[in-house]
Amino acid sequence: MFRPRVMPCLLLKDKGLVKTVKFKDPNYLGDPINAVWIYNKNEADELIFLDITATKEKRTPPIELIHKISDESFMPVAVGGGIRDIDTISRLLQAGVEKAVINTFAAENPSFIAQASREFGSQSIVAAIDVKTNGKGNYEVFTHAGTKKTGLDPVAHARNMELHGAGEIFINSIDRDGTMQGYDLALIRKVTDAVTVPVIASGGAGSLQDIARAIREGHANAAAAGSLFVYHGKRRAVLINFPNRRELSTLFKTS
Amino acid sequence: MLVIIDYGMGNLRSILNKLQRLGANARISSNIADLEEADRLILPGVGHFKAGMDNIRARNLLDPLNKKVLKEGTPILGICLGMQLFSRHSEEGNATGLGWLDAETVKFPLGDLKIPHMGWNSLENRSPCVLFSDLPTDAEFYFVHSYHVKPSPSSNARASTTTYGISFTSAVCQKNIYGTQFHPEKSHQNGMTILKNFLEKT
Repeated sequence: MFRPRVMPCLLLKDKGLVKTVKFKDPNYLGDPINAVWIYNKNEADELIFLDITATKEKRTPPIELIHKISDESFMPVAVGGGIRDIDTISRLLQAGVEKAVINTFAAENPSFIAQASREFGSQSIVAAIDVKTNGKGNYEVFTHAGTKKTGLDPVAHARNMELHGAGEIFINSIDRDGTMQGYDLALIRKVTDAVTVPVIASGGAGSLQDIARAIREGHANAAAAGSLFVYHGKRRAVLINFPNRRELSTLFKTS
Repeated sequence: MLVIIDYGMGNLRSILNKLQRLGANARISSNIADLEEADRLILPGVGHFKAGMDNIRARNLLDPLNKKVLKEGTPILGICLGMQLFSRHSEEGNATGLGWLDAETVKFPLGDLKIPHMGWNSLENRSPCVLFSDLPTDAEFYFVHSYHVKPSPSSNARASTTTYGISFTSAVCQKNIYGTQFHPEKSHQNGMTILKNFLEKT
């Protein structure tokens, strides 16, 4: 039976695993390879690694580490952070990852998405969109790890990404990031209903029920979560975890 | 030696890595001498059907492949696009395939479901094909594709079906020719079982 994908979204900083709250205060969690081993054991559906300082530091994700991550992963891997040219995508895919995640440069230069999807196929190109509620109370796309306003409306931007050939849209709420208060369902639904390519919901998952809601009420095709899969308990002790197949099947059957 | 055929269609490293973990003597190559020496072949591939066939021809691999697979009976595993290339023809690029299977590669019908079919899905109507040895009945595999192989009514190649809007052929077994529409190299331990079966039981 086909079921929605559930995937840990893992943040890299200085080649270590971190987790943020509202894109701030990165908390060091440990070694990314160790996390991969645990997600292998728990059979996660897919992994997303985002290097959160790559754009600011004007560099690509660390290829050697990505190589290692890919070699160790028994599931599909998507990688993003600072991607601004075809050569970087080529090196990431050669390192063994399935998908390149493009955020800042896709907003600056949408035709890059067209070029990349022509070169590598749409299924390899994920357009990531970080959204914050702006001063006027409207959703707005932010780039550069949430530090730069773009003036773009997330729905229009998502449509544009699809038009240019993105194979998937990763929609992330900066306001909900790390809060574990649930996804921004209104945002996710708006974007999902506006495009035909698969949408990955992100930002705010605090429970498996939140994931079910992102699929059922947000109409997302897949759900990503950070805190939920790296922390345990109210005090947020670091514990890499993932629900088992039975829990996931039950979640989507009952929802 | 097992040869993963390098014809410029997608990343082959994951497959090599997983085979090496299983202890296989495997290499990635488009060299005809390597191909001739191989006792097993894998035809992987992600991308466009016509581009895949064009690349096979451009590397002069068509005749050596036909000889290995059809004359010498060397076991071959096609993965994703690799399996589709075994068919006679594809709607993708309206192109002629290797023609080893009496089958057509067709696009998923447009409906309510998103195309590509991307994600984890199970196998139904599994045949006794050796690829499935020791595999739990509810095993799930990772798929990503917009086209699928449709064997002709008289063909016995279908080894399993999978449901995504429609029921389609998700694996084939025909003599020494094996194929999976899903990616065993990205499908956790069940995927490793499929690769192990190909290495040890074919």
